[in-house]
Amino acid sequence: MPLLLACFGCGLMFGAGLLISGMTQPEKVLGFLDLFGAWDATLAFVMAGAVAVAATGFALARHRGAPVFAPGNLWPARNDIDTPLVTGAVLFGLGWGLVGICPGPALVNLAGFSLPIVVFVVAMALGMVGFGLLPTRSASSGTVNPTITSRADG
Amino acid sequence: MHNLTPVSGLLGGALIGLAAASLMLLTGRIAGVSGIFGGLLAWQPGDRAWRLAFVAGLIVAPLIATLAGAPLPRPAMSANLALVAVGGLLVGFGSRMGSGCTSGHGVCGFARLSVRSIAATLIFMGTAVITVAVVRHGFGS
Repeated sequence: MPLLLACFGCGLMFGAGLLISGMTQPEKVLGFLDLFGAWDATLAFVMAGAVAVAATGFALARHRGAPVFAPGNLWPARNDIDTPLVTGAVLFGLGWGLVGICPGPALVNLAGFSLPIVVFVVAMALGMVGFGLLPTRSASSGTVNPTITSRADG
Repeated sequence: MHNLTPVSGLLGGALIGLAAASLMLLTGRIAGVSGIFGGLLAWQPGDRAWRLAFVAGLIVAPLIATLAGAPLPRPAMSANLALVAVGGLLVGFGSRMGSGCTSGHGVCGFARLSVRSIAATLIFMGTAVITVAVVRHGFGS
Protein backbone atom coordinates (compact mmCIF):
# COMPACT_ATOMS: atom_id res chain seq x y z
CA MET A 1 0.00 0.00 0.00
CA PRO A 2 2.80 2.53 0.71
CA LEU A 3 4.19 1.62 -2.74
CA LEU A 4 0.88 2.44 -4.42
CA LEU A 5 0.48 5.69 -2.48
CA ALA A 6 4.01 6.67 -3.48
CA CYS A 7 3.24 5.95 -7.16
CA PHE A 8 0.00 7.94 -6.93
CA GLY A 9 1.82 10.85 -5.28
CA CYS A 10 4.57 10.84 -7.91
CA GLY A 11 1.95 10.77 -10.69
CA LEU A 12 0.20 13.70 -9.03
CA MET A 13 3.47 15.66 -8.80
CA PHE A 14 4.39 14.79 -12.38
CA GLY A 15 0.97 15.96 -13.58
CA ALA A 16 1.23 19.19 -11.58
CA GLY A 17 4.64 19.84 -13.14
CA LEU A 18 3.24 19.35 -16.63
CA LEU A 19 0.33 21.72 -15.88
CA ILE A 20 2.52 24.46 -14.31
CA SER A 21 5.12 24.26 -17.09
CA GLY A 22 2.46 24.71 -19.77
CA MET A 23 3.45 21.46 -21.46
CA THR A 24 -0.14 20.19 -21.39
CA GLN A 25 -0.90 22.90 -23.99
CA PRO A 26 -0.11 21.65 -27.50
CA GLU A 27 0.51 25.21 -28.74
CA LYS A 28 3.43 25.58 -26.28
CA VAL A 29 4.96 22.31 -27.45
CA LEU A 30 4.38 23.02 -31.15
CA GLY A 31 5.74 26.54 -30.56
CA PHE A 32 9.02 24.96 -29.44
CA LEU A 33 9.10 22.52 -32.35
CA ASP A 34 8.34 25.34 -34.83
CA LEU A 35 11.89 26.62 -35.39
CA PHE A 36 10.78 28.61 -38.44
CA GLY A 37 7.86 30.43 -36.80
CA ALA A 38 7.42 32.46 -33.58
CA TRP A 39 9.77 30.17 -31.64
CA ASP A 40 8.80 29.48 -28.00
CA ALA A 41 11.82 28.17 -26.05
CA THR A 42 9.80 27.25 -22.93
CA LEU A 43 10.17 23.47 -23.45
CA ALA A 44 13.96 23.84 -23.17
CA PHE A 45 13.53 25.46 -19.72
CA VAL A 46 11.17 22.65 -18.70
CA MET A 47 13.69 20.03 -19.80
CA ALA A 48 16.57 21.84 -18.07
CA GLY A 49 14.68 22.04 -14.77
CA ALA A 50 13.43 18.45 -14.99
CA VAL A 51 16.79 16.91 -15.98
CA ALA A 52 18.74 18.84 -13.31
CA VAL A 53 16.45 17.74 -10.46
CA ALA A 54 16.04 14.17 -11.78
CA ALA A 55 19.81 13.75 -12.22
CA THR A 56 20.37 14.88 -8.62
CA GLY A 57 17.73 12.46 -7.36
CA PHE A 58 19.10 9.60 -9.48
CA ALA A 59 22.61 10.20 -8.13
CA LEU A 60 21.17 9.98 -4.62
CA ALA A 61 19.28 6.79 -5.57
CA ARG A 62 22.47 5.15 -6.88
CA HIS A 63 24.25 6.16 -3.67
CA ARG A 64 21.49 4.71 -1.48
CA GLY A 65 21.35 1.49 -3.48
CA ALA A 66 17.76 0.46 -2.77
CA PRO A 67 14.46 2.37 -2.83
CA VAL A 68 12.26 2.87 0.22
CA PHE A 69 9.23 0.75 -0.75
CA ALA A 70 10.73 -1.87 -3.11
CA PRO A 71 13.57 -4.40 -3.03
CA GLY A 72 15.75 -2.77 -5.72
CA ASN A 73 16.16 -0.02 -8.30
CA LEU A 74 14.99 -1.08 -11.76
CA TRP A 75 17.50 0.87 -13.87
CA PRO A 76 17.14 0.31 -17.61
CA ALA A 77 19.89 -2.12 -18.59
CA ARG A 78 20.34 -1.45 -22.31
CA ASN A 79 22.64 1.10 -23.90
CA ASP A 80 22.62 0.02 -27.57
CA ILE A 81 21.08 2.01 -30.42
CA ASP A 82 19.12 -0.56 -32.44
CA THR A 83 16.65 -0.35 -35.34
CA PRO A 84 13.44 -0.47 -33.23
CA LEU A 85 14.74 2.44 -31.12
CA VAL A 86 15.43 4.57 -34.20
CA THR A 87 12.25 3.59 -36.10
CA GLY A 88 10.10 3.99 -33.00
CA ALA A 89 11.57 7.42 -32.27
CA VAL A 90 10.89 8.56 -35.85
CA LEU A 91 7.25 7.37 -35.70
CA PHE A 92 6.80 8.95 -32.26
CA GLY A 93 8.31 12.24 -33.46
CA LEU A 94 5.97 12.24 -36.47
CA GLY A 95 2.88 11.86 -34.26
CA TRP A 96 4.19 14.34 -31.67
CA GLY A 97 4.86 16.93 -34.38
CA LEU A 98 1.42 16.43 -35.94
CA VAL A 99 -0.56 17.00 -32.73
CA GLY A 100 1.83 18.45 -30.11
CA ILE A 101 0.85 15.93 -27.42
CA CYS A 102 2.88 13.08 -25.92
CA PRO A 103 1.72 10.40 -23.45
CA GLY A 104 2.13 12.38 -20.17
CA PRO A 105 0.20 15.49 -21.24
CA ALA A 106 -2.37 13.26 -23.00
CA LEU A 107 -3.27 11.54 -19.72
CA VAL A 108 -3.27 14.80 -17.71
CA ASN A 109 -5.53 16.42 -20.30
CA LEU A 110 -7.89 13.45 -20.13
CA ALA A 111 -9.37 15.02 -16.97
CA GLY A 112 -10.96 17.75 -19.13
CA PHE A 113 -12.59 15.01 -21.26
CA SER A 114 -12.70 17.09 -24.45
CA LEU A 115 -13.48 15.13 -27.64
CA PRO A 116 -10.07 15.58 -29.35
CA ILE A 117 -8.15 14.44 -26.27
CA VAL A 118 -10.38 11.37 -25.85
CA VAL A 119 -9.80 10.52 -29.53
CA PHE A 120 -6.05 10.99 -29.05
CA VAL A 121 -5.81 8.83 -25.91
CA VAL A 122 -7.92 6.02 -27.44
CA ALA A 123 -5.77 6.07 -30.60
CA MET A 124 -2.58 6.17 -28.50
CA ALA A 125 -3.77 3.16 -26.47
CA LEU A 126 -4.64 1.30 -29.69
CA GLY A 127 -1.17 2.07 -31.06
CA MET A 128 0.42 0.71 -27.88
CA VAL A 129 -1.73 -2.43 -27.87
CA GLY A 130 -1.06 -2.83 -31.61
CA PHE A 131 2.68 -2.82 -31.04
CA GLY A 132 2.28 -5.35 -28.24
CA LEU A 133 0.48 -7.71 -30.63
CA LEU A 134 3.44 -7.79 -33.03
CA PRO A 135 5.63 -10.89 -32.73
CA THR A 136 8.79 -10.00 -30.80
CA ARG A 137 12.25 -10.83 -32.09
CA SER A 138 13.32 -12.51 -28.89
CA ALA A 139 10.32 -14.84 -29.13
CA SER A 140 11.32 -15.99 -32.62
CA SER A 141 14.70 -17.13 -31.33
CA GLY A 142 12.93 -19.46 -28.94
CA THR A 143 13.66 -17.60 -25.72
CA VAL A 144 11.13 -15.80 -23.62
CA ASN A 145 12.12 -12.27 -22.68
CA PRO A 146 13.37 -12.84 -19.12
CA THR A 147 12.75 -9.39 -17.69
CA ILE A 148 10.09 -6.81 -18.28
CA THR A 149 12.23 -3.94 -17.08
CA SER A 150 15.29 -4.35 -19.27
CA ARG A 151 13.19 -3.97 -22.43
CA ALA A 152 11.76 -0.57 -21.57
CA ASP A 153 13.71 2.62 -21.03
CA GLY A 154 10.70 4.61 -19.98
CA MET B 1 10.08 34.86 -28.29
CA HIS B 2 6.94 36.67 -27.05
CA ASN B 3 5.37 33.39 -25.92
CA LEU B 4 8.28 32.36 -23.71
CA THR B 5 7.35 31.51 -20.09
CA PRO B 6 10.75 30.60 -18.58
CA VAL B 7 9.89 30.86 -14.87
CA SER B 8 6.81 28.61 -14.91
CA GLY B 9 8.72 26.37 -17.33
CA LEU B 10 11.66 25.95 -14.96
CA LEU B 11 9.40 25.54 -11.90
CA GLY B 12 7.10 23.02 -13.60
CA GLY B 13 10.11 21.23 -15.03
CA ALA B 14 11.74 21.01 -11.60
CA LEU B 15 8.51 19.47 -10.27
CA ILE B 16 8.55 16.91 -13.10
CA GLY B 17 12.16 16.11 -12.20
CA LEU B 18 11.27 15.85 -8.52
CA ALA B 19 8.49 13.39 -9.41
CA ALA B 20 10.90 11.28 -11.47
CA ALA B 21 13.52 11.39 -8.69
CA SER B 22 10.92 10.50 -6.04
CA LEU B 23 9.58 7.57 -8.05
CA MET B 24 13.11 6.14 -8.28
CA LEU B 25 14.02 6.87 -4.64
CA LEU B 26 10.74 5.50 -3.27
CA THR B 27 9.82 2.69 -5.67
CA GLY B 28 12.91 2.08 -7.82
CA ARG B 29 10.98 2.76 -11.05
CA ILE B 30 11.73 5.00 -14.04
CA ALA B 31 9.05 7.66 -14.61
CA GLY B 32 8.44 6.93 -18.27
CA VAL B 33 4.78 7.55 -19.02
CA SER B 34 4.59 5.49 -22.23
CA GLY B 35 6.24 2.54 -20.46
CA ILE B 36 3.99 2.83 -17.40
CA PHE B 37 0.77 3.30 -19.39
CA GLY B 38 1.76 0.78 -22.08
CA GLY B 39 2.53 -1.81 -19.42
CA LEU B 40 -0.91 -1.21 -17.99
CA LEU B 41 -2.46 -2.13 -21.35
CA ALA B 42 -0.24 -5.19 -21.77
CA TRP B 43 -1.29 -8.24 -19.81
CA GLN B 44 1.25 -8.54 -17.00
CA PRO B 45 -0.41 -10.01 -13.91
CA GLY B 46 0.85 -8.57 -10.64
CA ASP B 47 2.51 -5.60 -12.31
CA ARG B 48 -0.47 -3.36 -12.92
CA ALA B 49 -1.47 -1.80 -9.58
CA TRP B 50 1.52 0.56 -9.31
CA ARG B 51 1.08 1.61 -12.96
CA LEU B 52 -2.60 2.32 -12.38
CA ALA B 53 -1.74 4.37 -9.25
CA PHE B 54 0.76 6.55 -11.19
CA VAL B 55 -1.64 7.09 -14.12
CA ALA B 56 -4.43 7.93 -11.66
CA GLY B 57 -2.15 10.57 -10.15
CA LEU B 58 -1.60 12.12 -13.59
CA ILE B 59 -5.34 12.30 -14.28
CA VAL B 60 -6.29 13.53 -10.78
CA ALA B 61 -3.69 16.36 -10.82
CA PRO B 62 -5.81 18.77 -12.91
CA LEU B 63 -8.90 17.88 -10.84
CA ILE B 64 -7.09 19.00 -7.68
CA ALA B 65 -5.91 22.12 -9.52
CA THR B 66 -9.56 23.09 -10.03
CA LEU B 67 -9.83 23.42 -6.22
CA ALA B 68 -7.24 26.21 -6.54
CA GLY B 69 -9.38 27.87 -9.20
CA ALA B 70 -7.70 26.45 -12.31
CA PRO B 71 -10.01 25.46 -15.17
CA LEU B 72 -10.10 21.85 -16.36
CA PRO B 73 -7.59 21.36 -19.18
CA ARG B 74 -9.26 21.59 -22.56
CA PRO B 75 -6.30 21.90 -24.89
CA ALA B 76 -6.59 23.77 -28.17
CA MET B 77 -6.17 20.96 -30.66
CA SER B 78 -6.75 20.44 -34.36
CA ALA B 79 -10.44 20.13 -35.25
CA ASN B 80 -9.39 17.43 -37.70
CA LEU B 81 -10.13 14.35 -35.59
CA ALA B 82 -8.70 11.99 -38.21
CA LEU B 83 -5.36 13.82 -37.94
CA VAL B 84 -5.59 13.66 -34.12
CA ALA B 85 -6.25 9.91 -34.31
CA VAL B 86 -3.31 9.32 -36.67
CA GLY B 87 -1.10 11.36 -34.32
CA GLY B 88 -2.27 9.30 -31.34
CA LEU B 89 -1.66 6.00 -33.13
CA LEU B 90 1.88 7.10 -34.09
CA VAL B 91 2.65 8.38 -30.58
CA GLY B 92 1.39 5.14 -29.00
CA PHE B 93 2.99 2.72 -31.45
CA GLY B 94 6.24 4.67 -31.81
CA SER B 95 6.79 5.18 -28.09
CA ARG B 96 6.41 1.45 -27.44
CA MET B 97 8.58 0.43 -30.38
CA GLY B 98 11.25 2.95 -29.33
CA SER B 99 10.93 1.94 -25.64
CA GLY B 100 10.14 5.43 -24.39
CA CYS B 101 8.83 8.94 -24.89
CA THR B 102 9.59 12.48 -23.74
CA SER B 103 9.54 11.46 -20.06
CA GLY B 104 11.38 8.12 -20.13
CA HIS B 105 13.96 8.94 -22.82
CA GLY B 106 13.83 12.75 -22.59
CA VAL B 107 13.83 13.54 -18.87
CA CYS B 108 14.98 10.28 -17.21
CA GLY B 109 17.32 9.21 -20.03
CA PHE B 110 19.14 12.55 -20.15
CA ALA B 111 19.34 12.54 -16.33
CA ARG B 112 20.97 9.08 -16.49
CA LEU B 113 23.24 10.22 -19.37
CA SER B 114 22.00 7.18 -21.34
CA VAL B 115 23.42 7.21 -24.89
CA ARG B 116 20.42 5.19 -26.06
CA SER B 117 17.89 7.63 -24.59
CA ILE B 118 19.76 10.73 -25.75
CA ALA B 119 19.87 9.29 -29.29
CA ALA B 120 16.13 8.52 -29.18
CA THR B 121 15.32 12.03 -27.88
CA LEU B 122 17.39 13.76 -30.58
CA ILE B 123 15.73 11.58 -33.25
CA PHE B 124 12.14 12.18 -32.13
CA MET B 125 12.74 15.89 -31.57
CA GLY B 126 14.36 16.23 -34.99
CA THR B 127 11.51 14.34 -36.64
CA ALA B 128 8.93 16.47 -34.83
CA VAL B 129 10.70 19.70 -35.88
CA ILE B 130 10.67 18.56 -39.53
CA THR B 131 7.00 17.51 -39.22
CA VAL B 132 5.98 20.92 -37.85
CA ALA B 133 8.04 22.70 -40.52
CA VAL B 134 6.28 20.74 -43.28
CA VAL B 135 2.78 21.09 -41.78
CA ARG B 136 3.04 24.81 -40.89
CA HIS B 137 5.34 26.17 -43.55
CA GLY B 138 4.99 23.65 -46.35
CA PHE B 139 8.72 23.00 -46.69
CA GLY B 140 9.40 20.28 -49.20
CA SER B 141 5.97 20.48 -50.79
